[in-house]
Amino acid sequence: MAEKKKKIVKTIKIDVDKCNGCRACEVACSAFHAAPKYSSNNPARSRIRLIRDPLSDVYLPVYAGEEAKAECMGRGKYVIDGKEYSECDFCRSACPSRDIFKEPDSGLPLKCDMCEDNPPNEKPLCVQWCLAEALIYEEREEEVEEPEEQVKAEEVEIGLEAMIDKFGLQKVMDTFSRMSASKKG
Amino acid sequence: MRYAETGFNLEIDLTRGSIERVATDPRLTELHLGGLGTSSKILWDRVPPETDPFSPDNLLIFSTGLLNGTPATGANRTIVSSYSPQTLLMGYSMMGGFWGPELKYAGYDKIIFRGKSPSLVYIWIHNDKVEIRDASHLHGKGAVETAETLRKELKDPNVQVAAIGLAGENRVYLASIEHGRSSASRLGLGAVMGDKGIKAIAVRGTKDINVARPAEFMKLCNEVLQYIKIREEKPVPGVMPILAGLGSPQEMKLVDEEWHTQNFMWGNSRERKRNFWNAEIEEKWRQTQENVRKRLISCYNCPMKCGATISVPGISTYMMKCFSKLTYTMAAYSDLDFGFRIAQRATEYGVDGFSTPQVMAFAVELLEAGILSERDFEGCPTDNEGRFFWLLDRIVRREGIGDVLANGTHWAAEQIGNGAHAYAHNNIKKHEQLPLKLGMLNPVYFLMYCTGEKINITQIEGQFPQSPFPTIEEREDFVKDWIQVPDEKFKQYLMDWEFRGERSNPYYPTVDMSVDIVDWQEMMHYIDDALGMCAGLSSFPLKPPYHIHNYPEFISAALGIDLDEEGLKKIYRRNRNLLRAINVRRGLRRADEKPPENHWKKRFPELEEKLLDAYYKFKGWNRDGIPTKEALHDLDLDYVAEDLLKRGILTDDGESDSTGSSSEAVNQ
Ligand code: SF4
Ligand code: SF4
Ligand code: SF4
Repeated sequence: MAEKKKKIVKTIKIDVDKCNGCRACEVACSAFHAAPKYSSNNPARSRIRLIRDPLSDVYLPVYAGEEAKAECMGRGKYVIDGKEYSECDFCRSACPSRDIFKEPDSGLPLKCDMCEDNPPNEKPLCVQWCLAEALIYEEREEEVEEPEEQVKAEEVEIGLEAMIDKFGLQKVMDTFSRMSASKKG
Repeated sequence: MRYAETGFNLEIDLTRGSIERVATDPRLTELHLGGLGTSSKILWDRVPPETDPFSPDNLLIFSTGLLNGTPATGANRTIVSSYSPQTLLMGYSMMGGFWGPELKYAGYDKIIFRGKSPSLVYIWIHNDKVEIRDASHLHGKGAVETAETLRKELKDPNVQVAAIGLAGENRVYLASIEHGRSSASRLGLGAVMGDKGIKAIAVRGTKDINVARPAEFMKLCNEVLQYIKIREEKPVPGVMPILAGLGSPQEMKLVDEEWHTQNFMWGNSRERKRNFWNAEIEEKWRQTQENVRKRLISCYNCPMKCGATISVPGISTYMMKCFSKLTYTMAAYSDLDFGFRIAQRATEYGVDGFSTPQVMAFAVELLEAGILSERDFEGCPTDNEGRFFWLLDRIVRREGIGDVLANGTHWAAEQIGNGAHAYAHNNIKKHEQLPLKLGMLNPVYFLMYCTGEKINITQIEGQFPQSPFPTIEEREDFVKDWIQVPDEKFKQYLMDWEFRGERSNPYYPTVDMSVDIVDWQEMMHYIDDALGMCAGLSSFPLKPPYHIHNYPEFISAALGIDLDEEGLKKIYRRNRNLLRAINVRRGLRRADEKPPENHWKKRFPELEEKLLDAYYKFKGWNRDGIPTKEALHDLDLDYVAEDLLKRGILTDDGESDSTGSSSEAVNQ
């Protein structure tokens, strides 16, 4: 029987009208995820990217979500307030059709992790750095039905599958046994 | 690993079509930081003073600043330097936007161009891939149009482009280099770019920029962001709106133009309209501005929104910043709607929004005075706005009278003769200045106008209020959180400064105080220009987030060194002296260091001499404004002293050969 549990849902509200195109969000995200933290900066590694076409007044901060293995077959166009957007502009996926949301050297997909940190940040970094207040952080409580354990196991599986897709089963297994050996030792 | 900088320059020889990636000497970073500092060093070392600005031997250097590409807010300036065709001295101009950081991410600190391409080309830089490409399809295209064409052609929306328009292609001395909402406009660098045959430079980079002490650096960045927030909520009281906040300034946001329209001059910097601004005009101009302004926009990693996307119905969209919103309007005695319309064409042509309107107003005056004739204006519409559009078209094409005007008011007057010089009245060192004419000499501004190597007051002024505060309470209020002062004495200078009486202009601030104040203001600009920091967050506004006390920490944390305030001040002095030496070698002398004759109604020749003497002495320069051997030695610039001695510009007793301007000679 699934148990009801409370969970905090983290959301970032994006007010595109307030965006001034500064890309400070990209700066903060890429610095935060550098190893060691803040040691380097490179917007190409950011998990938020500003889709930008200044002369058409298109400014669209987009967060990296799940990777897409293949590009979509058909791609629509949206016209909003007289401005034309391609469907891809709104898409959160690292995808073979474009080079955003991918590590520049390895090509590995990037995904927004809401700046997971220990101790946790009060607000995600991109939100902190957006003085224009185009990015607004909100937390809300939601009741969920799944037992937490199961969710986690599923996540691990998805993660592993992505690794296997990328590097092949053998390579992942080798790495896994090497890592567990060194962890034990 | 190199920190903050990439450690590589691109050397592109356009004559031979060769491209090299050259490692730079880290010692030069310690000596000059980067940006303007290291570019000056390259010009000094590699371009002999006899070189004509349009010679293939002249270099055109696009430089990032030391902090470009790091998370430091506002560090996005590209510094372009070369020899100016207009002043014949070293010319440098900064542009904001996104280009400088992108070049850093592509893996380069500078691009150094030499030679001349036999045909029009553009440069495509994508990380390690660098190509010189044919640009014949971009011939005659607008600067904005060129950038858009390249973004599509290269199939990457994140490509950043710096381009010239028709003016640059035709080597118009007023030509700018345009990049989105920003431009390197002053001193004719677009003409040098055109002379070299470069239509545009497109850059895309996806590499890392590292900082040495990350936690410390990020803490400093966060402090700056917090300060900006607080400072924006608390504008400086008692000063004009444009001076109250941060930014370069935020002209696109402000609608209240009482200060500019009533204090700056109209026409060919001639007439002050003291009662111009009223509720009706404010309402009309507000509507104009709000109708065409699509969005307020920022440069890379800065929250300030100094620019805007401008879409005037019927003409193509462009981006604008700064005072160019009013320069055309006021030069043509027109309104804001005209200003936005002509600025669109001017941006596509790529011309300097300060000089160009003045050159056109100068031409109109010459026509009215009968010095130019109707024949020179054949085919020109007779209405004022029409005339300005017509003149702009002629100038950028160098057609007819436009060919003469294309060299700016100084050289045009020289060529026209017949008393035209009296109309080229608003220049310093042959370069058009802001249209300002004032009453009483301000000693601080006198020095800045005379001695500034940038030849542009907005790139020298900033930290010290432009005029006294009326009451003691206001002064106390201003100085109480004035953390930016390098020394407490500056607070006293301000406290004691009055509108009238003994402690007022021109004798107060005293000569020595004036020199102190100018040195502080200059220092901040030189540091900004080496770091690639926007003046709008540092040297230009009152009480900025960056200052002499936190800059050493920023630089130290970025580079992993331990630089203190004294050390940073020494680097400033070194860069300042090197730039001065470059210009001295080009012929700059005391006789050239003067403001426009009519800038102030009340002049004080004796005091002015004293001010210059004291300033030179403070800098360690001789009576003629030439750095002495001793001063150069203290700044590790012995090689500069040796060269000046060898050329007879300095003599062993420290005196100089004051026979004038070889910059005139270069031109002959
Ligand atoms: S930081 Fe904010 S204003 Fe700047 S680009 Fe990102 S979302 Fe837009
Ligand atoms: S929330 Fe954090 S990880 Fe996600 S885009 Fe913003 S800075 Fe990057
Ligand atoms: S202050 Fe203005 S001009 Fe300067 S970097 Fe920021 S947005 Fe650009």
